[in-house]
Amino acid sequence: MERTALDLWVGMFVVAGIGALVVLAMKVGNLSTYNVSESYQLQAYFTNIGGLKPQASIKSAGVLVGRVTGITLDTERYEAKVVMSIDKRYQFPKDTFANILTSGLLGEQYIGLAPGGENDMLKAGEVIKKTQSAVVLEDLIGKFLYSKAEGSK
Amino acid sequence: MAVVRSLRGIGARVINAVWRIGFGSRFFLMTLVYSGTSFRRFRLIVREMFSSGVMSLIIILVAGMFVGMVLGLQGYETLKRYGSESALGTLVALSLVRELGPVLAALLFASRAGSAMTAEIGLMKATEQLSAMEMMAVNPIARVVAPRFWAGVISLPLLTAMFSSMGVFGGYVVGVVLIGVDEGSFWSQMQAAVDFQHDVMNGVIKSFVFGVAVTVIALFEGYDAPPTAEGVSGATTRTVVESSLAILILDFILTAFMFRGD
Repeated sequence: MERTALDLWVGMFVVAGIGALVVLAMKVGNLSTYNVSESYQLQAYFTNIGGLKPQASIKSAGVLVGRVTGITLDTERYEAKVVMSIDKRYQFPKDTFANILTSGLLGEQYIGLAPGGENDMLKAGEVIKKTQSAVVLEDLIGKFLYSKAEGSK
Repeated sequence: MAVVRSLRGIGARVINAVWRIGFGSRFFLMTLVYSGTSFRRFRLIVREMFSSGVMSLIIILVAGMFVGMVLGLQGYETLKRYGSESALGTLVALSLVRELGPVLAALLFASRAGSAMTAEIGLMKATEQLSAMEMMAVNPIARVVAPRFWAGVISLPLLTAMFSSMGVFGGYVVGVVLIGVDEGSFWSQMQAAVDFQHDVMNGVIKSFVFGVAVTVIALFEGYDAPPTAEGVSGATTRTVVESSLAILILDFILTAFMFRGD
C-alpha cells in the first residue's frame, strides 16, 4: 500500500466535512455553551406552567443559570412538577421565588428566580416553595371582562 | 379488445414494479452482506469517495452559499416587517440545518454522483464487465457495488454538513456584511435557537438516510439496466427521478418523526 494523491484529496474532503460539522456544533449550535457536569437539581411545583418546555432557560437577574430538565404532572397534588438543573456556581436562598415569565410579548417562556433574603441556601434535590404560575392570556382577558362587567353595573 | 389490452398493460406494469421492488430489496441485502469484504479493501471505498464525494464538492459548496444568501435576503425582507431582523440568524440556520441542507445536498448528490454511478454500472453491465468478473469468481456486488454504496453513505453526511455551513456563511454575508444586521444578535440568537442534538444531529441522521436511499437507487438502477445504450440512458433518468422523489418523501416522514412539536 502506498500513499497516493487520491488519498490526500479524500483525506482533505473528510477533514473538511468533519470541520463543517464542528462549525455547525460550535458556531451555529449551542454545544459551546453546554456544560452538563457542574450542576445540581432543584424542584418546583406550579399550578400552571403555560407553555414552558423542557430545555427552557432559567434566569436570575437576566443571567442564564440553568435549564429545565423535566416537566411532569404530580398526580397527588395535581400540579406541574418542574425539575431544574442549576449551575453549581450559583446558590440560591431557601425563600427564592420561582416565576414563569415570558421573554418579550410573544417570546419563549422561561423560569425567573428571584432570590429572597434568608441565609440558608437551597441544597440539591430540594423544592422551591414559593412559585408563581405562568400568566395565561385567556385567564387575563377573562378577568378583565369580568371586572368590566362588575364595574358597569 | 382495447380495454382488455390496456388492462393487461396496467397489470404488467404493476407486476413489473413489484418484481423490481423485490429484486431491489434483495440487491440491498446482498450489498450489506458483502460490505464486510469491501471494508477489508478500504482503498476501493476511498477511490469511490473521490469520484462521488470530492468531485461533488464544488457544486455543493457553491449551491450552499447561494441558498444561504437567498435565505438571508428573503428572510430579512419578511422579518423586517415585524421588526425582528435579529432573528435572521435563527431563520437561516434552522431552515438550513433541519431541512434545506440535507434535502438540497441529497438532491444535488443524486443528480451529480447518483446518475454517474448508474451510468458507470450500467455501462459495465452492457460491456459485460460484470459477467467477466463473475467468470473470474469475483463477486461484482462485493467488488463494484458495495464500495460505491459505502462511499456514498459516508460522503453525503459530510457534504451536507459543508452545505449547511456554507449556507450559514452565505446568510451571514448577505445579512450582516451587506445589509447590516447586528452581528452579535445574528450569532447569539442562532446559538440560542439551534440545539446540537435536536437540530444538527437530526440533520445528520436525515442525510445518512438520504445517502442510503440515493446510492441504493442509483446502484440498483445501474445493475438492473437493460444492457443497451438506450437502457443505460433510461436507467440514468430513472435514478434522478426516483431518488429525488424518495428524498422528498423520506424527508416528510423523517420530519414528522423528528420535529413533531414537543
